[in-house]
Amino acid sequence: MTENGSAARGWETVVGLEVHCELSTVTKLFCSCPNAFGSEPNTNVCPVCLGLPGSLPVLNARAVEFAMRIGTALGSSVEASVFHRKNYFYPDMPKDYQISQYDAPINVGGHIELADGTLVGIVRAHIEEDTGKTTHVGGGGRIHDADYSLVDYNRAGVPLVEIVSAPDIRSAEQARSYVTELRAILVATGTSDGRMEEGSLRVDANISVRRAGDAEYGTRSEVKNLNSLRSLGRAVDYEAARQIGILEAGGTVAQETRHWNEEEGRTSSLRSKEEAYDYRYFTEPDLVPLVPSAEEVAAVAAALGPLPAARRHRLAELVAADGAPAPVDQLATVVGLGLDDLVAAAAGAGADARLALARASNEAANRPDEARALDPAAFAELVKLEAAGKLSATQSKSVLAAMLEDGGEPAQIATRLGFEALDPAELEAAVDAAIAAHPAEWDRYRQGDAKVAQFLLGAVMRSTRGRANGKAVAALLEARRN
Amino acid sequence: MSLPVGADYLSILRHLVALYDTGVTEGFSRDDVVYVARLARLDLEPSEVDLYAAQLGSILDHVAAVTGLDTTAVPATAHPLELANVLRPDTPGPTLPRDEVLSQAPHAEGGRFRVPPILGEAP
Ligand SMILES: [Zn+2]
Repeated sequence: MTENGSAARGWETVVGLEVHCELSTVTKLFCSCPNAFGSEPNTNVCPVCLGLPGSLPVLNARAVEFAMRIGTALGSSVEASVFHRKNYFYPDMPKDYQISQYDAPINVGGHIELADGTLVGIVRAHIEEDTGKTTHVGGGGRIHDADYSLVDYNRAGVPLVEIVSAPDIRSAEQARSYVTELRAILVATGTSDGRMEEGSLRVDANISVRRAGDAEYGTRSEVKNLNSLRSLGRAVDYEAARQIGILEAGGTVAQETRHWNEEEGRTSSLRSKEEAYDYRYFTEPDLVPLVPSAEEVAAVAAALGPLPAARRHRLAELVAADGAPAPVDQLATVVGLGLDDLVAAAAGAGADARLALARASNEAANRPDEARALDPAAFAELVKLEAAGKLSATQSKSVLAAMLEDGGEPAQIATRLGFEALDPAELEAAVDAAIAAHPAEWDRYRQGDAKVAQFLLGAVMRSTRGRANGKAVAALLEARRN
Repeated sequence: MSLPVGADYLSILRHLVALYDTGVTEGFSRDDVVYVARLARLDLEPSEVDLYAAQLGSILDHVAAVTGLDTTAVPATAHPLELANVLRPDTPGPTLPRDEVLSQAPHAEGGRFRVPPILGEAP
């Protein structure tokens, strides 16, 4: 069922997200083992993260600073906090407990502004340690029929911040937008690389449905194993439709944890026969409270650069100066990849801001690392050449690709690629040649068949190897018609 | 008395203390002992259940005695030491040799700890 279909029948989807974010510190949260992705298994381990008797945790100062940066960026209140032990038996933690924050988290409250302006509340953003990585062997890799499991503790003790949203999200699209925005904030604050595909960002979704206008929330399910934005969006739509199906048939939704299966495109219950988990939280006796001073909180806030929402507003103003609204998707892409300074610099150097935004959000966005290293003056020059019609859109994209590959001056690259702008006589000759070569098509064009214009334009582009300016060709064809 | 699921032990203690305050003095029941033992994966004989119920009950009696004190002038603390913000710099230190680490495990395979098949997802 589509979102619109369910909305038309009077249902509203309610989503809250819990995002676990790995901090890009050099070392782990409570020991000096390297915090590194992709090392050989069990090579970044020591007595502390292996839970060996007699070892003691000591808190990583940078992890605390990063958590404070995240809280400040989310508009949270940064408060005195306490660590707790969360007790459970599972081989991903050799201590048989995970150190987390429970009833006194470091960051309380706040909100995220989505690219479309929607505000989503933040409940808390607390510090905790990551668990080891288990691999299930045999039985096709499925947990319930595994022959045995293998454990790698490199990830055990890696610092995490868990960011819990309020149930303010109302659609799959908003859920994706929230994670996109959160990722942009994490990257902008330098606290995480935000790579979902490497597990730096892991999302659990609490999903429920209710009749539009109801004040009470419905019973929610918690969906795990959402490893991409695509999975998140699909799982929200699937789970809402499943719950609506149950409710419309007169049933009740069970509060449970469900597992998203990307291949099958569905969720399944994870409820085991065992009793609900009772984690027996108690304060971690080996760690003392964390009490940031007002000066420390102020220093973190002062060092924080402009955040994505503010940067989008700045860029939107720049682009919309020509009178039309700025394209929201392009703004989000460019700010999310940290290319907004490039666009702003190009506009500052006299290039057309809208065209600069378009190039940055498409061609440059394919290679964000190289794009961030581009010489802003050269990028501005490219946009000016295209805006002046000296390069066609196709040529401009090719020159930009070459600049991203090797750097260099756009005018020189254009010459090297043979992208000298056609002089007007050459262009007219090419158009006349195309008309002469395709008399039947030309007749149809003259009788008003607009679709043939594309065909004739293509012919001119082929004969000029993409050097012709599309708008100029269209104008010439129009002039020849009369 | 049944323990609320997900409650932390401080709140359980507070709950028990509250019971004492209101005159309920049934202490730690056999059911409570059986429940906590199951969470801790302890297999207790019936005689042990009785023994621990009595012992835990006496601990709770002791805690209950604390509630008789006037603590209005004592600030709340999260740790017996008067310390906060014990931090270390984010600089790497030595790790253990993997062979030595895995030699302590009953089974290892491909550089990883090998453990019995796991029922259910990680909590
Ligand atoms: Zn370690």
